[in-house]
Order: sequence, then C-alpha cells, then structure tokens
Amino acid sequence: MSVTRKIIAEHAGRESVKPGEYAFVPVDLVLANDVTAPLAIDEFEKFDMEVFSRDKIVFVLDHFTPNRDIASAEQCSYVRQFALKKEIVHFYEGGLCGIEHVLLPEEGLIRPGSIVVGGDSHTCTYGALGSFATGMGSTDIGAAMAFGKAWLRVPEAILVRIKGKFRRWVGGKDLILKLIGMIGVDGATYRSLEFTGDGLASLGIDARFTVANMVVEAGAKNGMFPVDEKTLDYLNSVGIQCDQMDIEPDQFGYSAEIGIDLDELSPQVALPPTPENSVPVEDAPHVRLDQVVIGSCTNGRISDLRQAAEVIKGKKVARGLRLIVIPGSPRVYKQALKEGLIEILLDAGAVISPPTCGPCLGGHMGVLAAGEKALATTNRNFVGRMGHKESEVYLCNPAVAAASSVTGTITDPAEIV
Amino acid sequence: MHCLEGKAHKLGDHINTDLIIPATYLTTQDEFELGRHLFAGLEPEFAKKITKGDIIVAGENFGSGSSREHAALAIKGAGISCVVASSFARIFYRNAINIGLPILESPEAAMAVGDGDMVRINLAEGKIEDLTTGQTFQSQRYPDFMQKIIDHGGLVNYLKEENV
Repeated sequence: MSVTRKIIAEHAGRESVKPGEYAFVPVDLVLANDVTAPLAIDEFEKFDMEVFSRDKIVFVLDHFTPNRDIASAEQCSYVRQFALKKEIVHFYEGGLCGIEHVLLPEEGLIRPGSIVVGGDSHTCTYGALGSFATGMGSTDIGAAMAFGKAWLRVPEAILVRIKGKFRRWVGGKDLILKLIGMIGVDGATYRSLEFTGDGLASLGIDARFTVANMVVEAGAKNGMFPVDEKTLDYLNSVGIQCDQMDIEPDQFGYSAEIGIDLDELSPQVALPPTPENSVPVEDAPHVRLDQVVIGSCTNGRISDLRQAAEVIKGKKVARGLRLIVIPGSPRVYKQALKEGLIEILLDAGAVISPPTCGPCLGGHMGVLAAGEKALATTNRNFVGRMGHKESEVYLCNPAVAAASSVTGTITDPAEIV
Repeated sequence: MHCLEGKAHKLGDHINTDLIIPATYLTTQDEFELGRHLFAGLEPEFAKKITKGDIIVAGENFGSGSSREHAALAIKGAGISCVVASSFARIFYRNAINIGLPILESPEAAMAVGDGDMVRINLAEGKIEDLTTGQTFQSQRYPDFMQKIIDHGGLVNYLKEENV
C-alpha cells in the first residue's frame, strides 16, 4: 500500500484498503478559514449536534483579513461568534493569525500519520510532515465538525523519485512547477503524489511544504513525504515527538513512477494562464512587470524571505513596480525582523504586508488592474486570479521574484547576484 | 420519471473555480447572490444569459482549483439544472454531490453537444439526449456510495437519515 492508503486503513480500522474503495473515517483535525467556515457552520447547524471536539477544529481567519470590507468583516464576525459559543480552542485572528498552511505546523497541530481535512484546497501542504491532508468543500467540513469523520474515496498513488542536488537559486517551488509541467493540471487527479529518493536530502522542511502545497495543482488528492531526520528536527522544534516513516517503493503501492533529477533543474516560471505552463527561467518572456508578490502558503516561510533578501540586498525595486512581501505568520515576521530581512526588503523599496492570503486570490493587499502583469511566489495563475481578467500572473520561486523586482522583468537571480 | 430539460451552455476544458466564481465574490453564502456572478471570470454578465433549467456542457477537469463550495452553489443558484463534463476535478465533484447539484460524466456528450442545443437529461438512468441533433449519450454510473448521497439529495440529508 502507499503511505496514504496505510494511514486511511489504520483510521478505518481495516487491514488494508484498495484504490477506488470508499471509507468513512475519523479525522484528527478539521480546518476552515474566513471564506469557507461560514458555509461550513451553516451546514453544521443543520445536524443539530454538538461539535465533535473543542480542540480538533481549527479556524484561521486569513483570506480577506485584516477585514478588507464590510462583508468580509461580517464573515469573520460570524465565525468568531461561533468559535466563542462552542469554545473552539484553536481560533486564530489578528496578531495571532497567519496564513493557515504556514501557521498550523508552527502551532504543533500537524502530526505524521494523521488525517487532516481542510476547507481549503492547499490543505495538502501538511503532506510534508507525513500527514494525509486534503482539501474539501464546506459541506464536508460542516459534517466533519459534527461527526469528526469524512468520507473518502481511496486514492491510487504515484511515486515521485528525486535524485541529485538543488543548484543555486533552485528550490522546492521549481521542483513542483517542473512536476506539474510534466504531468499537467490533471496528471495526478484522484491520486496521491508520494515523494522518495536521495534527492530529498536537498529539501529542507520549508521546501517540502512548498512542494506538498502545490500537488493539488496537478489534481492530486494529497502529497506525502517521508518522516526523516529533517522532519523529526522540525517536529521536535514544535513540540512533537514521533517515529521515522519511510516511503518504500513497494510495487503494488504505486500505479506509476516519475523521476526528477535536481542536478538538471533550473529555476522554473509558470506562464499564465495555468500552473502547468512551466518553462526554465531563461526561456521566460521578457515581459514588463507591474507587481511582484513574495509570500503565500506556498512560499511565505522564513527560508523564502531569506532567499529574497539575499538576492535583493543593497539593490532597489525597479521604478513603477510594486514589490509586496507577505511573511506567512507572526513567527515568520518576527524571525525576519530579527535577522534584518525586513530592513533589507524595506530599503529595497518593498511593501511589507501583514500575514494574509490577500493578493494570491485577488482579494486585497495588491490586486491587479486590466493589462497589468505580476510575478508571484503564489500557487495559481488562472485568468483573473489576482484581479482583472485582463491581468496576468506568472509563478516562480522567491529568488527569481526578488531578482525580477529589481530589473522589472523576469530574471534569473544568477544574472544580478 | 422526472427529466431535466434546458439549453446547453458549452464551455471548454479546465474551467477552474476562479472562472466559475472569482474569489472576490466569496463574501456571501447565498446561492442566488453567488449565482448572479456565475462565470464572471469568463464574462462579467454570463449569468444573465441563463434561463432556469439550463445545462452546462464542459470539457475535461471541470471545477479545478479551489475547494470553494461556492462554485457549485453559484451554478445551482444561477438556475443551472445539471453539469455534464468530460471529467471533473475531485473537490468540485464532491461538492456538487454533497449539495445535490446533478453532475454527469460523459466525454462523448461533452464533445458532441453544441452551444445552444436543447438537452434533456434523465438523471436516474444517466441518459443525455441532445434534442436538437437527436443524439443520445450514456454517462458513467455513480459508485453506489455516491448514488446514496445523491438519492438523499446531498450529504447533510444522507448523514441525518442514515444515522451513520
């Protein structure tokens, strides 16, 4: 069985589960945000039941916050009232709040071997820590809030074998963009993407979060990384002790295998209007950029900000271009302050945003006008994603984003550092 | 047996949730309010072209992207009676079934039905009839488990009535 199937089988109380079977399994954590929680709460109320747990439900008000308008303020208010009434322990807003998929691991809420369901498609991020984590809609989340269970169709799995070492300025974002480019936006539909290989030594925990974050962009149900020394170090740092878990290439566990050699990987840029349109940075078009965004649940962690600062140090953002930097959580923000990264970015001319999803989905904190082009470390570049339907979004890693904010056009960091 | 009948609105492949309902509209849970902005990512006034009972006919990977259930709600709220597609993205597929929005998978129908054709659908049999051209198509059967949720009109009713 794939690791994902092992986790499902264990939760379902079965010896094993086969792809295509259905299981109604207990879940360890249920997550929703300011956009998906109101609907989930409405559905929950229809059951006329108590919440299944006060401390396994998590609400993070991260999408349209700090409140971008009255309607968003009312959504937040609705969730807040519910959380108070039900005495929900893990309710995050204001100064405690970060982008959910950056925040939850930091809070020690994600354990290997757990099942996490979230009202957000990028819930798959937690696969980086060996959790079976998947995104669902609000009705599923409302039902999970009542029953502590979710129905699942057992997925097949694709094994992604990584070898080699990252070159300079290449990281997790480039790996996942390359993979999505290889298999397409529906190349892994209904499947788990499980990662193995010597090349994983090149991926720190932040890089693994980045990769797992975007598996959904290939249609995958979830991503899965082994629990090795790097994972254990991270988990220990957030107060979790557990065992190692390998991903073994068992011939029955995986319906397909894909190999990626990091030695051959250059920084990737996904051209609009789809994340599968990835090209090496040297082949990216020389478009004039209006905005660069460094942040999001994909690349809003401390390693990402360090990379960006390293590239931009001592340089200035191009005239007429807005660089918006979004530390993914209060911890990331504070760490970046301590390391002097925020000052480097401010000196370069960046706007520093509070932790929020903001511009990633065209919400606020950097929306685009007709005809504008943005380069972003976010995860989607569909038509109208960041604003007007006649704006365009290119996706990349933080180093490319920082370099490009200086030149005003899509740039390989090696050219300016 | 009750059949759905309406005009087909033909769309392409990879119609993602940002096209179906741009995120900026996700400040309401009301399906009619959401429905007013249906496909605003494609055409700002698309919803005005919809008559209650109309059918969407789309290509591959319909509903890809976000988990936003608002996408399925907007489709329902705009008056669409059924979505026929070559294939569906997994979260959208779940959401549609969970809220009782009929969806059918049929690559043949997705290819052959033309924009504006009158289409009749027999959900119980999974039969799609293009009344304009006379062609009929058979969709994939739902797995039994999903059929149960559909028969109950959605996940909430299923869980309440089945006492799982």
